[in-house]
Amino acid sequence: MSTKNTKHEPSGISRRGFLKGVGAGAVATGLLQEVSESAGIAEAATPTTLGPGEIPIKLNVNGQSRSLNVEPRVTLLDALRNRLDVTGTKKVCDRGTCGACTVLLDGKVVYSCSVLAVEAQDKKIVTIEGLGTPDNLSDMQAAFIEHDASQCGFCTPGFIVATTAFVRDNPGATLEEVREGLGGNLCRCGTYAGITAATFEQAQKGGA
Amino acid sequence: MAKLAWPGPDRRKNIGARISRLDGPEKTTGTAKYSYDMNREGMLYAKLYQSPHAIAKVTAVDTSEAEAMPGVKGVYIEKDRRGEFPNITYAGDIICAIAATSEEIADEALTKVKVSYSDIGSPQMNDNDPSLISGRDQSKEQGDPDAGFGEADAVSEGTYGLACITHACLESHGQMAEFKDGELYVWPSTQNVSGYAGGLARAAELSADKIHVECQYMGGGFGSKFGADKWGSISTILSKQTAKPVKLMLERDQEHKVAGHRPSAFGTVKIGVKKDGTITAWDSDIWGSGGMGNFRMPPLPYVFTGLPNYRTLGRGIKVNRGAARAWRGPNHPQAALITMCALDDAAHAIGMDSLSFFKKNLHLTDRPEVYAEELDKAAEMIDWKGKWHPRGENTGGSMRSGLGLSIHTWGGGGGQSDCAVTINPDGSVVGRTGTQDLGTGTRTVQAIVLSDTLGLPVDKVRIEIGKNSLPASGASGGSTTVGGVSSSTRDAATQALNALLEKVAPDLGVEADKLEAWDGRIQEIGNPSKGMSWEQACSLLGGMAITKQGSKDTSDGTILTVSGVGGVGIADVTVDIETGMVTINEYAAVQDCGLIIDEKTCESQLYGGTIMGITYALYEETVYDPATGAMLNPDFEFYKIAGLADVGKIKVHLMRGPKYEDRGVVGIGEPAVISQGAAIANAVANAIGVRVPELPLTPDRVLDAISKGGVA
Repeated sequence: MSTKNTKHEPSGISRRGFLKGVGAGAVATGLLQEVSESAGIAEAATPTTLGPGEIPIKLNVNGQSRSLNVEPRVTLLDALRNRLDVTGTKKVCDRGTCGACTVLLDGKVVYSCSVLAVEAQDKKIVTIEGLGTPDNLSDMQAAFIEHDASQCGFCTPGFIVATTAFVRDNPGATLEEVREGLGGNLCRCGTYAGITAATFEQAQKGGA
Repeated sequence: MAKLAWPGPDRRKNIGARISRLDGPEKTTGTAKYSYDMNREGMLYAKLYQSPHAIAKVTAVDTSEAEAMPGVKGVYIEKDRRGEFPNITYAGDIICAIAATSEEIADEALTKVKVSYSDIGSPQMNDNDPSLISGRDQSKEQGDPDAGFGEADAVSEGTYGLACITHACLESHGQMAEFKDGELYVWPSTQNVSGYAGGLARAAELSADKIHVECQYMGGGFGSKFGADKWGSISTILSKQTAKPVKLMLERDQEHKVAGHRPSAFGTVKIGVKKDGTITAWDSDIWGSGGMGNFRMPPLPYVFTGLPNYRTLGRGIKVNRGAARAWRGPNHPQAALITMCALDDAAHAIGMDSLSFFKKNLHLTDRPEVYAEELDKAAEMIDWKGKWHPRGENTGGSMRSGLGLSIHTWGGGGGQSDCAVTINPDGSVVGRTGTQDLGTGTRTVQAIVLSDTLGLPVDKVRIEIGKNSLPASGASGGSTTVGGVSSSTRDAATQALNALLEKVAPDLGVEADKLEAWDGRIQEIGNPSKGMSWEQACSLLGGMAITKQGSKDTSDGTILTVSGVGGVGIADVTVDIETGMVTINEYAAVQDCGLIIDEKTCESQLYGGTIMGITYALYEETVYDPATGAMLNPDFEFYKIAGLADVGKIKVHLMRGPKYEDRGVVGIGEPAVISQGAAIANAVANAIGVRVPELPLTPDRVLDAISKGGVA
């Protein structure tokens, strides 16, 4: 991973820690930390408890506000896929290793398996579906097709979200920077040659 | 009449060109719906409960507390055909399953399942100890090995091996199942659309004709997704039980534990060789494990099957791990590693350049000319002449570089396939086949064949695949798909075209025999002025479309696909002798591909195979706790697959020209992944001066080898 394209872990508590059963209080703490940080305020607020049952939340997905009910333990990935039928974002390792679930959260590249849905409220979520459509491909999507950067295609959405953000942040990146910058995503079919070529080409064109 | 045989180079517009895969727009925008993505109204999520013990008897399964949870809707408990709990034979064996209204509830319910065990035993996890061998000997002998060793100037002896690895498909195994009007609809992640339904008939209590299978996109199989599997049956049974759609996809750790292992192989090889590079004898003793299943000895000696004197012995070891499954190029990476490393050691024993040694012995292979051309090409691509040095004879401080090579073979002839092509009166065309596209580009090659046969651009034809209601096509295994579907498509399209030509002939006043489809027109052969547009020609069909069915075994017996290819790989590596880290600088893959349908996706198979090969050469290995049999790395943190920065510069070259292309279509998905382990291991030996006996070439293994006599 290049420092230029660090996958930002949200500052809230990790899902894994939460699932280990420390209870809802820990979630609330995490949430508050997130809220305070994003709001830029330092003073402590009164802890609130969410759950353990389903709670109504709103998520801004690809520019649309979507209402849904989730338990606080539901990840952003599962909320997208299972509650909202936004299935371009893939579930592969479910523990922040492979990058198949990569989305943009307020423009930052994140693993959606490692963000709770409740943490993603009030943030702009962009998934692969938000970058382009078959009839209106983004430059990166078109470059992936031209360079045959997908085979089975299961890692492709995560890679395209990551590469889109990478060229946005690293216009003019060298081949070496591309190779290092995309270390947060894995492919099993072996499409790295095409992904490298597509990303390098787009970076050379000046980014998104 | 249009001929079935493949057109010559001057008559190919799309065949052999660089055409982007047709499903690229869906795959790159997230609109491609994989089995894992199928969400149905009111669906339940099913999760599996697995045994933590490797050897045990299940005495009771208590799901009452789980069932009492709100949201839990269905329970399945595994029983054998006698109605008894099955004996556990590996950690990860399936015991029961829960279906619930959300993934989270299903997960939590699993924690409330109580299973009682008796006879908990100690597992056997060691697959590399010849004293543990069980099962029958598999042996083969040719000529007189003892006499051969007698003639040798030098005898080289070494140990070689590859650890067990998994398939690690990014989309895990599983399916969505839904009953509707007494029939079953399933969306599995499968390599075998047409052959899948039969495996569910018992669980569904339906005949296969009432089981509808669809798989438009699947996230990787590599040989592990042929059958409906236990989890397919379980989701079917739970769906029937609950009258709800049920999705059951394996979790990542389960995928590693139960959904496919490549058998390990280890052993010793002794080779007798003369000073001039003549091989006089081979003697190998190989053991390995296919888990609790049978071990099949890799085909040794590999490729050099004409060795005059050899003796081989293969023996299996039972290990308490998940079942072995075909892994891309079954047994060939093992055979290549053992053979090509042993031969490289033999070359070293007589002080001969490995390239010269391999070339000298190509007469012992089935295709000496092909390998010679390929070796020369690969050597040129990697600058063998400029870079090669005798083993270990290099300088450069702690960073030592080296070259290594390997050659391989595969069948890849077309498998059974039927295709129906319809030409409609409005000029639209569709080809229908019950095949699947694993990411190899099946849709795309069919569209290329169909369009070229009809003289149309690729975007003027449509391909439908991925349903068992379409004409049956074989499972995608053995690299048989491209040969099968391109043949059946060509056959169906040619028959349909000929029917069209018959219709059009009277209007043009030209005999059908003298007509051709070219450049969007039906015309007198070579005479565009006497013809009409494709659309005009199709309009003469009146109200009746033409549909013709073709097959891999074509209607007039023309053979369009053949079996047998050769390929070569050369690796250029650098080894840090202080840390044991191996870096791939370059890898050259050269492949005989037969008639190439799509150059772009064909190249992708070589790139992809090379990357997967680099991955098993350097990183992949299942690790088990010897005491409990638990897999210790069922994830992607510690079960490592190569990332984008790990694969070096890959150069691929497809052999072209009449000598290769006139043979017909051959699948190359599997040959693409065979040589990397051997070529990289040989390059590492060349770099550090000593053989690292086993893959993956992890730093500990490399340092261990260096400490036993490598470069200092």
